[in-house]
Amino acid sequence: MDDLTTKTAAELAAAVAEGSVSAAEVTQAHLDRIAAVDGEVRAFLHVSAEYALDQARRVDDRRAAGEPLGALAGVPVAVKDLFTTVGAPTTCGSKILEGWYPPYESTITRRLREAGAILIGKTNMDEFAMGSSTENSGYGASRNPWDLARVPGGSSGGSAAAVAAYEAPLALGTDTGGSIRQPASVCGIVGAKPTYGGSSRYGVVAFASSLDTPGPFGRTVLDAALLHEAMSGHDPMDSTSIDAPVPPVVAAARHGDVAGLRVGVVTDLSGEGYQPGVMSRFTEAVEVLESLGAKVTELSCPHFKYALPAYYLIAPSECSSNLARFDGMRFGLRTGAGSAEEIMALTRAAGFGAEVKRRIMLGTYALSSGYYDAYYGKAQQVRTLIIQDFDAAFSQVDVLVSPVTPTTAFRLGERADDPMAMYLADLCTIPTNLAGNAAISIPCGLADEDGLPVGLQVMAPPLADDRLYRVGAAVEAAFTSRWGHPLLTEAKGLIPS
Amino acid sequence: MPITRDEVAHLARLSRLALSDEELDHLAPQLDQIISAVAQVQEVAADGIPPTTQATGIDNVYRDDVPVPCLTPEQALSGAPAVELQRFKVPRILVEE
Amino acid sequence: MTVTYEEALQTYEPVFGLETHVELGTTTKMFCGCLTAFGAEPNTHVCPVCLGLPGSLPVVNRRSIEFAIRIGLALNCSIASWCRFARKNYFYPDMPKNYQISQYDEPLCTDGYLDVLVGGATIRVGIERVHLEEDTGKSLHVGGATGRIQGAEYSLVDYNRAGIPLVEIVTKPVPGTGYLAPEVAKAYVTELRDVLRTLGVSDVRMEEGSMRCDVNTSLSIRGSGVWGTRTETKNVNSLRSVERAVRSEIERQAFVLDAGRRIIQETRHFHEDSGVTTSGRSKEEAQDYRYFPEPDLVPVAPDAAWVKSIGETLPELPSARRARLIESWSLSELEFEALRNAGALDEVEATVAAGASPADARKWWLGELARRANDSGVDVSELPITPAQVARVAALVASGALNDKLARQVIDGVLEGEGTPDEVVAARGLSVVSDDSALLAAIDEAIAANAEVADKIRGGKVAAAGALVGAVMKTTGGKADAPRVRELILERLA
Repeated sequence: MDDLTTKTAAELAAAVAEGSVSAAEVTQAHLDRIAAVDGEVRAFLHVSAEYALDQARRVDDRRAAGEPLGALAGVPVAVKDLFTTVGAPTTCGSKILEGWYPPYESTITRRLREAGAILIGKTNMDEFAMGSSTENSGYGASRNPWDLARVPGGSSGGSAAAVAAYEAPLALGTDTGGSIRQPASVCGIVGAKPTYGGSSRYGVVAFASSLDTPGPFGRTVLDAALLHEAMSGHDPMDSTSIDAPVPPVVAAARHGDVAGLRVGVVTDLSGEGYQPGVMSRFTEAVEVLESLGAKVTELSCPHFKYALPAYYLIAPSECSSNLARFDGMRFGLRTGAGSAEEIMALTRAAGFGAEVKRRIMLGTYALSSGYYDAYYGKAQQVRTLIIQDFDAAFSQVDVLVSPVTPTTAFRLGERADDPMAMYLADLCTIPTNLAGNAAISIPCGLADEDGLPVGLQVMAPPLADDRLYRVGAAVEAAFTSRWGHPLLTEAKGLIPS
Repeated sequence: MPITRDEVAHLARLSRLALSDEELDHLAPQLDQIISAVAQVQEVAADGIPPTTQATGIDNVYRDDVPVPCLTPEQALSGAPAVELQRFKVPRILVEE
Repeated sequence: MTVTYEEALQTYEPVFGLETHVELGTTTKMFCGCLTAFGAEPNTHVCPVCLGLPGSLPVVNRRSIEFAIRIGLALNCSIASWCRFARKNYFYPDMPKNYQISQYDEPLCTDGYLDVLVGGATIRVGIERVHLEEDTGKSLHVGGATGRIQGAEYSLVDYNRAGIPLVEIVTKPVPGTGYLAPEVAKAYVTELRDVLRTLGVSDVRMEEGSMRCDVNTSLSIRGSGVWGTRTETKNVNSLRSVERAVRSEIERQAFVLDAGRRIIQETRHFHEDSGVTTSGRSKEEAQDYRYFPEPDLVPVAPDAAWVKSIGETLPELPSARRARLIESWSLSELEFEALRNAGALDEVEATVAAGASPADARKWWLGELARRANDSGVDVSELPITPAQVARVAALVASGALNDKLARQVIDGVLEGEGTPDEVVAARGLSVVSDDSALLAAIDEAIAANAEVADKIRGGKVAAAGALVGAVMKTTGGKADAPRVRELILERLA
């Protein structure tokens, strides 16, 4: 592997800023890596080679002219194909948008691009962000670089795989029920879900509007923090965007100190269905925190067990409405013959995969007159109770911890046509989405049974995202010291160059 | 309360999904299973608990009534499957106005 | 076989309601910065938001909230201190997202009223709610015989109109108007239109579609106290159509009920040419819109201070103006209605402000000027004469410098573009002859030419003087002051 592709984003940004390497060199190195390995990893749906090199040249010109550049200038960023971008198609992992070039771009990718980051390509994902493995993609599943026969998690699986396979140091994802944290966990990298409203949804194709949160992937806590900071902030184009300063996540990532921090272990997020190796690594991570001076207690959030059913009512309800616009009339796929009504139905049947169809129908059901109160209405009440559980917990502790997902990466095909089994991957991550607060997945080791990565989930109150990075940096430093090297270098499935 | 194949077929029609018989055969039992599972929310005692639709607690977000540059017709129509007279050409609509 | 209106009213009590959609005259759309201007080339005022492109998000136009609150206050409504938008879900090609952002169970304004004058009586029409929603795109249906959707091969959709703010104003059902139901319905729409125009929130042109009415009608059997099934009538595109649609539905429903059949709850379509309604969509299978609170928007919570300041800037509403003018001009309700219906209220008020008496101002605008406007096929407000000029003419008549006949000629001159009243008087030499000696000459001439008439007058038949006055007016080219001529004749022949 090229030296440049093993560097962190922080290192690359510094090197470009001081002129010891050009943005063009950095970009080319990563394009070469993608060409070498993506045939097997299948992280990318579209590699924007020319566009990326063009962006890189502009960055180099601006730097040469002495213009001020953003903190990530010259650093390649892979973009989940849910973000509208110019110069590359946006498919959302669906056949219904095959080859669609949006006439506008998302706020986040625009801001990153203007700050000099290099948008290197669009990554694979579960169709319309619905899934936990990328097996719901209309374009085939991505692979976990640790073991190419296993899933990289989802829905932002392509972004996680790209970062874990050193194809890009940073990637953008979205997290609606765990779609950043769970892939990060099973790929052995860092992934964060910012506070809902902390990062703009304008230009991010909507799945569940009140839950969708764009967020960062990186191989280190600092890298994830750099992207988190660069992509966050108020956007007047998004009414649900928070108008407050971005929490100081980068500063926190540089000062991992948990002495005196009150840490609560959520006892409800354990037990049956949780892989023993996952629980072992989690327990060790908690011990590490204690050894670093954190005050660890156990507490219960009694309504968390209803989070999964509530989520699988709220998210499909919102998505059944959000996806109604895909009807073959104005953009995207149009197929079939007959009246407008018939063509709409045929187009949607042809363009959507099974999981999307299931959730649309489920949402239609939950919102129907006569069912609304018992299903959607009740789920929104459960949501309030979960928020109350979090509020009560955070009145006693500064952060909460749990595993990220009950198992390590499962095999391709293992749960593909078993929706209920697939949904269980989100057990630990969903409560945070319902409440809108912030959470992160930090690599904390490999499971004994299968040698596959396990992630530690840290949760913080809304707008306290910096706490995630403070804890993350401390845990990362402690583990790296214990292992003698970063976790990723253990990856046996990672293709050597 | 189980959901029948006919009810699923009805949901498909409401959602404008022209499912084949095989698809219906396959999806209906899965939906039934999922609906039974999510019905668990009904176990929760929630009298007097207000529903949450927006976790942020923000209100009164507005924009000023000033024009902003918009798309050109070419951009607007760029993804359209069919165009005529600078409009989106859509198949005959059966539902009346 | 049909039922006459009179027959229908003997057996049944009509109940009606109106739903009015008004396009707000904001500069930009409800949720994005595209222009709302009418008549642009297709798809030139569109953006990702109003096109509903994937990833787009709405942001509320503050002025649309202000306008809606203004309307609510003018209609005596309560303004919600907290409310939300909701999604109304249904598939239709003119709706880019296949849902419309609207309001469902939390409308911005509720529970108001609008008083309406019909035949001298005041009827209070209850207002159920006023809420905001976004308009849809517009379709051209191609291939059918009439350009209507039935029989069309395909449609062409323009989204310029999609996203324009609409206010929906829904009345409570209006019973107890009996025979006058059609007139009351029309009067409500007329008054509502005037209120909206006065508020400056919309140009309310029914013919352009910036104000659209749906009329609900039902019949109750007299004395039963039980309300009947109601139908909804769409495509009511003018004030006259409102009246005709209600009347026609009453007759149709009476006919159906008399025959022992039942009224189907449905949407009907009004036809301008025939004046009848035909069946459209059946509402029996009422569509389930699966409303839920709009998750992309946050609640609208107008604070009391803002609502109060909007209330303070409300202009004088039509009903207040009516009361004020009726009192200060000593008019009857009917006299006021005549003025309002002639579209001459503003002109008369301005003429009075310029110094004329209310009676004179009304006389000219409702008489000569209304006639001239009608002949030219324009509104009185479009005539090329100003209220100040009319006031000047009235003043000249009052001072005796002009008589009525001459005054009409002066007005002609102004309308023809010959200048101000005084310029026309000078140019055409239209002053009243006030010099007695000149008059006496003409009088003597007339007496000489009409000896028999003169004798009658000498004999005491004063009334006969009229003929001589006429003769004098003729010889003076109408420039004599008729009453003065009469006086002089009688003196002469005393």
